Amino acid sequence: MLLVNKGQFTDWLNQLIQVYQVYAPVKEDDYFCFKKINSGDQVTLNYTNSKVPPKEVLFPRSEKLFCYRYENGGVQLTEQIDESKKIIVGLRPCDAKSFLLLDGVFNSDKYHDPYYLTRRNNTVLVGLGCNQPAATCFCTSLGGGPFATEGLDLLLVDIGDRYVVEVLTDRGRELLSGLELPAADQEAQEAARRVKEGAALSTQVNLEGLKSKLDVIFYDPIWDLIHEKCLGCAACTYTCPTCHCFDIVDEAEGNEGCRIRNWDACMFPLFTLHGSGHNPRPTGKERFRQRVMHKFKYFVDNFNAIACVGCGRCIINCPVNLDIREVLAEIQGSEVRSDKQ
Amino acid sequence: MNELTRAIQETAQKLLQNKEVELVVGFAEGSLPLRNTPCFVRQPEEAQRLVWGYGCENNLANYLRKRPEKVAVVAKGCDSRSIVELIKENQIDRDKLVVIGVPCRGTIDRKKVTRLLAGKELLKAEVRDGQVVLIGKEFGETVPLEQLLYDTCLNCQHPNPVLFDIMMGEPVPVKETECFADVANFETKTPAEKRAYLMQELSRCIRCYACRQACPMCFCEECFVDCSMPQWLSKSSLNVQDNVFFQAVRALHLAGRCVDCGACDRACPMGIDLRTLTRKMVKDVQELFGYTAGVSLDLKPPLAAPINTTSPATFNQDGR
Repeated sequence: MLLVNKGQFTDWLNQLIQVYQVYAPVKEDDYFCFKKINSGDQVTLNYTNSKVPPKEVLFPRSEKLFCYRYENGGVQLTEQIDESKKIIVGLRPCDAKSFLLLDGVFNSDKYHDPYYLTRRNNTVLVGLGCNQPAATCFCTSLGGGPFATEGLDLLLVDIGDRYVVEVLTDRGRELLSGLELPAADQEAQEAARRVKEGAALSTQVNLEGLKSKLDVIFYDPIWDLIHEKCLGCAACTYTCPTCHCFDIVDEAEGNEGCRIRNWDACMFPLFTLHGSGHNPRPTGKERFRQRVMHKFKYFVDNFNAIACVGCGRCIINCPVNLDIREVLAEIQGSEVRSDKQ
Repeated sequence: MNELTRAIQETAQKLLQNKEVELVVGFAEGSLPLRNTPCFVRQPEEAQRLVWGYGCENNLANYLRKRPEKVAVVAKGCDSRSIVELIKENQIDRDKLVVIGVPCRGTIDRKKVTRLLAGKELLKAEVRDGQVVLIGKEFGETVPLEQLLYDTCLNCQHPNPVLFDIMMGEPVPVKETECFADVANFETKTPAEKRAYLMQELSRCIRCYACRQACPMCFCEECFVDCSMPQWLSKSSLNVQDNVFFQAVRALHLAGRCVDCGACDRACPMGIDLRTLTRKMVKDVQELFGYTAGVSLDLKPPLAAPINTTSPATFNQDGR
């Protein structure tokens, strides 16, 4: 464990900007988002969590995959792989964990996504522990924690005027080279321990047996009512650190165009609309069931992990206060009946 | 408020018991402070879940289109106005709807609370005698309610439902004159400045379409943004201009239909100012056609009426 004072930390960010694209929480309107910074002064680390998760750094809302141009009877292609070196500074442990889940999707046995993976491999993650988790946080129910280190290269623990730096990987160590930080003394270590102890979560979600329940309730009447107030927007999915569905479109004009990948959401009717006009998920019921099933059953089937990190963004951002904690509690509280169509 | 809650519960229970309706749409306690949440009640004994409070910010008219069953809805002023427009647009069958009218004292803007608390987390809140008590870890603050209400509510001319079958409680006082001071600033901007303002606001748009989905009047079977043949605008968010185009078309499509309930603005997770656009349009519609949406079942919406292309001057004050 090392020690860095906050002024020195800002200087360090300014040094890093010379070499890396540095993304960090920046205040925008009434919230924070991860933005590419030009100066360490732009960063606010005294925040609860960002509005949009830092997944957008590695998996942007919209990204060009390649561009094309018809020329002399042929087609010229230009691939758009982003090979820049990046650092995400100040991300929360839940968001760091979300990258491990996204890795499963974009780097599986069946499929390697060069766009995501190139960025991922070129990105160093400098996390920030949560001294004061929000009332909507439930990361501990999902195996995470306010100071969990999984997925991070460095973890900062805010002890007032200084950060205790936990070095977790060689990449993290490399990032600090040239800084010559002192080791955290007894007093700083003690302060860090106290901060960690004080960061208790008030919300727990019971996930025990949920998967086996979801395994058999696809046709259960519970889905008829549980989605009823859902408006069918994508506020939950687009602010979710683990949602990763996308849509690919060609945008062309004249002889040239680009193939673009955009975020997509299972809550939209268009998401599953077939060319024939048939829609296998015709109403909010099927779409909401899909969202719950994908996170808490299908992802478990495919990757042996729940696709939720308990960040609470969907709870905060839902325009009708459809709270995932209540949805899960309702499913847990319902009687299990085996599927009969 | 407690009296309104009791009255709503009793009314809902009776309607369900007597089988006058199959469903009551109202509000329940939410899971966050100062938040109520839409609630669907089908059994008389479940009517006790219904409440009324300063967090009843959603426009429940959104849940009433094309329903097969007989429904009762808890409606404040703006909800009732959307219901009026939806009846005129044949989206709601008046004979299958019971409107439980609630005089509305406004709803609380949680963004204003967030701004006020400047980073401190709100854990509990209570509204008492025109004061809001905000409680968090190691703090307690009392703020006048007026300071925390939505701008829409502060400007509202129709807090009492314009259409109802049963009224809960006494009507609340109505502000005397419609005031568009809030759009005056936008109006004084040059076209270039307006454009710059909208571009800046909509640069934050993530295309989640919460604004569209929260609007009771946005019910096109295929929204123009989803259409791919022809593709009217880019599906990507690489170009902010397309976000502006989306909102501009949305606002114009709501001309003469928007009741200025503010649902779109509230739904936006990114806090984008959508209301300047819609409110400016509400003002324009009033000035051009003398029409205020949702105040009367008899008045024809100005932009739905047949237009006499040879002599546009024949529009009268009511826009007919």
